[in-house]
Amino acid sequence: MTLQHYLVISAILFSLGIFAVLTRRNAISILMGIELILNSCNLNFVAFSRFVTPPENIDGQIIAIFGIVLAAAEAAVFLAIILAIYREFGSIRPDEVDTLKG
Amino acid sequence: MEITLKTLIFYGFALMTIGSAFAVVTVRNIVHAAFALMVTLFGVAGLYVFLQADFLAATQVIVYVGGILVLILFGVMMTSGRLQMRIHIERGQLILGGGITLALLMLLLTVIANTPKWKNLSDDGTVFVPTTSRIGKLILNEAFLLPFEIASVLLLVALIGAALISRKEIRD
Repeated sequence: MTLQHYLVISAILFSLGIFAVLTRRNAISILMGIELILNSCNLNFVAFSRFVTPPENIDGQIIAIFGIVLAAAEAAVFLAIILAIYREFGSIRPDEVDTLKG
Repeated sequence: MEITLKTLIFYGFALMTIGSAFAVVTVRNIVHAAFALMVTLFGVAGLYVFLQADFLAATQVIVYVGGILVLILFGVMMTSGRLQMRIHIERGQLILGGGITLALLMLLLTVIANTPKWKNLSDDGTVFVPTTSRIGKLILNEAFLLPFEIASVLLLVALIGAALISRKEIRD
């Protein structure tokens, strides 16, 4: 295995996540896309930490752990906002929630 | 490069990750998408094992599959009636989004293929050293104590904020 194997996997995951965020019309699907993007970022951190830095240096893994913590906090707040929006609008399609639009 | 069992398992995990991620973004039923996401997260955990990040692989399974995915399924259950399980996609948006995605992917792959520093870095012949105790020492004694504390405060804030946002508003 070389570094580039992991980078290619990570690039594909990132692009699929962007695709989900751009095309899906459901807030929860967009959250899934964001999770894919965060996973690809973490994979990049761990891969660079494994291949580029000396083997006893695992800073990249620790950054990835903080990334997982951030993803958990973000998912909790995201879903709370979705619940509040659903109660207010009766829908979680992002294009129907346009009260702030001028 | 001869094909060893390790290589085969690596490509298995890679295919599993990418294939199920593709399902996450294309399947029309949102519950199916959530389960495909579960397979993707397991695949990434397997790749962490290949990168000799044992603690991180376990954390990935526990936090993502055990926590975030359950949260997503709860969100699906509480917001999607039977009619809204299907995800609407508009054709124009699909073409535009697909074009942007393909352009982005090509850009990333070009950068990966053409960066000379990253070529021929291989992990053959390195011995595996468990990472858990080293991660614990780094987080609690050395460089990462402050970020660790900030992360714990962030989790508390997110917890209280999520409870506050999602509760029913009481109007008098």
